[in-house]
Parts: sequence; C-alpha cells; structure tokens
Amino acid sequence: MILSAGPSWNPIIDLQQMWSFPFMVNAFRAGTIVAVLAGVMGWFMVLRRQSFAGHTLSLIGFPGAAGAVLIGVAASYGYFAFCLAGALVIAALPRAGPGGYSEESAVTGTVQALALACGFLFVALYKGFLNSINALLFGNFLGISAGQVTLLGVVAALSLAALAVIGRPLAFASIDPEVAAARNVPVRALSVAFLVLLGAATAEASQITGTLLVFALLVMPAATAQALTARPGRALALTVTIGLVVTWLGLSVAYYTPFPVGFFVTSFAFAGYVAAQAVRHTRPRWRAASSEVSPMPTGIAR
Amino acid sequence: MTAHSLNSDVDRQPSNTVAPRKEDQRPVPAVITLRDAAVERGGRRLWSGLDLTVAAGEFVAVLGPNGVGKSTLVQVILGALPLIEGELRVLGGPAGRANRRIGYLPQRRSFDPSLRVRGRDIVRLGLDGHRWGLPLPAWWPWPGVTARRAATARVEEVIDLVGASGYADRPVGELSGGEQQRLLIAQALAPAPDLLLLDEPLDSLDLPNQAAVAALIATISRAQRVAVIMVAHDVNPILSHLDTVVYLAPGGSKIGSPREVITGPTLTQLFGTPIEVLTASDGRLVVIGHPAHCDGHAGPEP
Repeated sequence: MILSAGPSWNPIIDLQQMWSFPFMVNAFRAGTIVAVLAGVMGWFMVLRRQSFAGHTLSLIGFPGAAGAVLIGVAASYGYFAFCLAGALVIAALPRAGPGGYSEESAVTGTVQALALACGFLFVALYKGFLNSINALLFGNFLGISAGQVTLLGVVAALSLAALAVIGRPLAFASIDPEVAAARNVPVRALSVAFLVLLGAATAEASQITGTLLVFALLVMPAATAQALTARPGRALALTVTIGLVVTWLGLSVAYYTPFPVGFFVTSFAFAGYVAAQAVRHTRPRWRAASSEVSPMPTGIAR
Repeated sequence: MTAHSLNSDVDRQPSNTVAPRKEDQRPVPAVITLRDAAVERGGRRLWSGLDLTVAAGEFVAVLGPNGVGKSTLVQVILGALPLIEGELRVLGGPAGRANRRIGYLPQRRSFDPSLRVRGRDIVRLGLDGHRWGLPLPAWWPWPGVTARRAATARVEEVIDLVGASGYADRPVGELSGGEQQRLLIAQALAPAPDLLLLDEPLDSLDLPNQAAVAALIATISRAQRVAVIMVAHDVNPILSHLDTVVYLAPGGSKIGSPREVITGPTLTQLFGTPIEVLTASDGRLVVIGHPAHCDGHAGPEP
C-alpha cells in the first residue's frame, strides 16, 4: 500500500510518519506483543521438536477465524478458540513413546486437511470481500483494532507469566524426560500445559502473519538464535530480538510497498536464518582439541 | 564441601576377595530394603522372591541376560513400577518418595545431534531442573545470590570430577557418546545423591573409558558413602570395585559377593546348563558355556 511518496530513509521520520496513523500504531503494538510471545514459545517448541504440532495448530486456527467472521465475531476469538481446543485434542492423543510422534502424525495430518477445507468452506459461505481468505492465510496488518491489541496483550502476558512459572521444569522435561520423571517432575502435565501455551502463541502469530506463515515468528527466530548460541538465556534473548526486528522491518517495508506483510516478515526471518547458518558453519571448529580419555582426578569434594 | 584425598580409600583389592571395609563394621541404616519381592511386566513374572539390602556406600552390580528384569528393578526402586508381592523401602520410605535424593542414569541415552544446549546446562538441570520458576543469571544481584553461586560452583565441581571440563561448554549434541555419558554421570551426581541408580552406564564407552568411569563411580561411592546400584552387561570393568552382585536369570536370582555368585556351580544352577567360570591372570572373570541367547561377560557386545 502506498500512502505517501515513499520512505525518507530516515528511520525516525519514517516511524513518525507511519505512527501518525492509528492503524499503524496498532499494527506495531500487535506485532511487538506477538513477536515476544511467539519467539519465547518457539524456542521451547524447537527444543521439544514439536514444530509439527505448531503447524497443525495454525491450520486448526484457520477455520476458527473464518467461522468467526462468518457468524459476525472478531476473527481473534475464532483463532484463540480453535487453537486452544486443538491444543487440548493434540494433548489427548496417545503418544507412541517418549518423544515419539509417529501415531500422532497420521491423525494430525488428517485433521490438518479437514481444517483447511472447512476454513475454505466458511470463507465461501461468507461471500465477503474476496480478500479475506488472503488475509487469513497470509496475514494482514490493516484494521487491527485497539481492542484486539488489548486481547493480544492480555493473552501474551498470561502466557508469559505461566511460562515463567513452568519454564525450568519444562526445559528439563523437554531435554531429558526420563530423568525429569524420576525426579518427580510432572512430565505429562507439562506437555499438556506447553501445548495449550503453544496454541495461544500460534493464535497470536496467525493474526499477524496469517495461518500459513506462522513459522516466520514461531520457528525462524528460535532456530536462528539456536544456531548462533547454545546458552539458553542468550538464545532466548536473541530469539525475541530477532522476532522484534523482523516484525518491525516487515511492517515498515509493507507500509511503503504494495506487497503483503507476511511475505516481508518471512523473508527477513529467512535471511537471518541463512546468515546464522553461514556464520555457524564458517566458525573455526574447536572440537578436535579435547581427547576422549581425560585423566580422572582422585580428589573428591562434596 | 571440602576436598580430601582418597588414596587411603582406594586400596580395594584388585583380586575379587571381598575384604570387609571399615565402614561395614558399624551398623548403618539400609538405603534399600527389598523383602521377598516379585514383579510382573506385560503379564509376565520377571523375578520373584528377591531379598536385597543395600547399605550406604555399598556398590551393587545387577547382572544377567537381556530381558530378565534388570532395568525393571531400577524402575521399581524409583517407584515407577509397583511390586506385585513383597515389600520395598528406599531411603527410609516407600519407593518414589525420596527420588530427589537419587541420582538416576537411564539406559543408553544419546542426545539429538541438533540439540543446541550446552553440556553444562544438562548438568545444571540435574541440580535444580525440578524447581518451578526460571533460573536467574549468576550475575543477577538479588535475591538468593549466594545460593546461585553455590549452584554454579557445584556444577563446576561435578564437571571437574568426571573430567568433562574440556567440553562442558560445547553443545551436547555435538559430543561423542563417551563425552555425553560423563556429563550425564555429572548430572546424576550434581544434587549429591544418597543413592545412584545407573543403568548400563559403561555401555557406550570404549575400554579405557569404561575402567576410568567405573573407578570414578567406585571412588565416589566410598568417599561420599553413596550407595550405587549399577546394571551392567559386562562385569569385568567393575569387578574389582564391587561389594555385592545381584545375578538375575530366568531360573531365579542369586545375591552375594562376586566370589560367591559368579561361580560355575551357581551360574550352572541359575541357567540350568553347564557353565564354567575361569579367572584370568589379571583377575578378570571369563564365563564359558552361556546359552547362546545370553551375553557372555567377557565376550564382545553382540
């Protein structure tokens, strides 16, 4: 969309210009909230190798949003309702074993196809403006209301607060479920809690990037950060930073061009990921130095 | 937490005569008391009539062919599987009640090569991964800075103890099986447990590493009076350190000192087929005549 001659290339002036429109202020607010929540949840999702569950949840959100529009409710509520319900269904599915998703993949693959089909049906029944299916699938930052920003903010704050409480045992259960279970960590309950939080984060990310591009905010920043550092604290901080940068850049570029925001957010996140992988693989390797048999010290301290 | 030399303690006989140790002279409360215990898995009775008392500082090996219920014994002690007969007390209470005083090393774990978490973080999870909340960084000034410094120091200490300092900061997925195993032993040791349950900890190690890790575990067992129950495939690397052998076989079980249990007549009776035990000049035991489906103690891994 082109509302002015183009960027001045002075970031302050450009931001002032964009933020003179309330819808752009709302877009930046919503994007910021979503980038933080999706980044943090994405870090855990990549750690747990549950990207497939995230993808499924995003597709389940699509008929929710389309159905909400059809019955005259804000799409946000549809995303949240379907993603959270979908998370509970995935959590209830029997798991093949610790970390095993072989059974799940067939069931969820089936559900994914049905979800997409239902979403398409609802959009067709609505007969609204033809653009709405694109907005649902590929994201739209126009027309984010102040109420929607508040809803996003409240859900994100609740999710982050819950994550702050369960974060450490969740990481333990994700990395080392057997030992965590032996130490009385409620591995199963944490897995359910994680899926519900992931449902909330997916519903939020869908509202910026659209159903099909949620991984731009859910996977790419976390995967980029994990390629750059193995320290959990730094990786989390870096994930959120990358998410914020690509969201702000994507929104800004979309403001000055006629192309959709989802494309830009995804492309910037992808460029970051490729750059991080390049850095990681060109870094000098320092592993050959350590020998397999290290001497055993005899002193014991306790 | 003071360091002291163990040289005076490390005089356990390299031959297999079980010399009574000075700790054994005074009465100590039992770490594990198993009375006439029986267990079933999948409707099949694995073992029954098992009587075992393990004292603090005692090093117990659980030996026997595959599928006889060695790992199941570990699960029972953790309280993950109930006994169908008999009685079990672990660390002064019912099984499962005091699991945070148990260091547990499950069988044959290797981390996914793509896991981007440092070895140090894995060890730290063993220390406080079960606690709710998020860990604050070590430099954070308030609150509980003393406890955080102590935790960091403890992690450093156990990493040193297992000789993993050279690679504890590398992503754990990039490490070799032996390096990962040492870090996992450090993880089990981190909370200063009163009981170590180790399920085939030497399995992924080469011969020099097997001897080194076996000696390390024996040293810790004696110096810190930690009871050790080690499920083992090959008795030879740990033979000189053992106090007690639990030999499980399809024909029953036998508990006693290695000299009493690993003998031709005992094994012949357990397996119902002629078995001979030879002692090599270096004290290693060679078991000959095992049925084909059983794993010989001295033979190569199948």
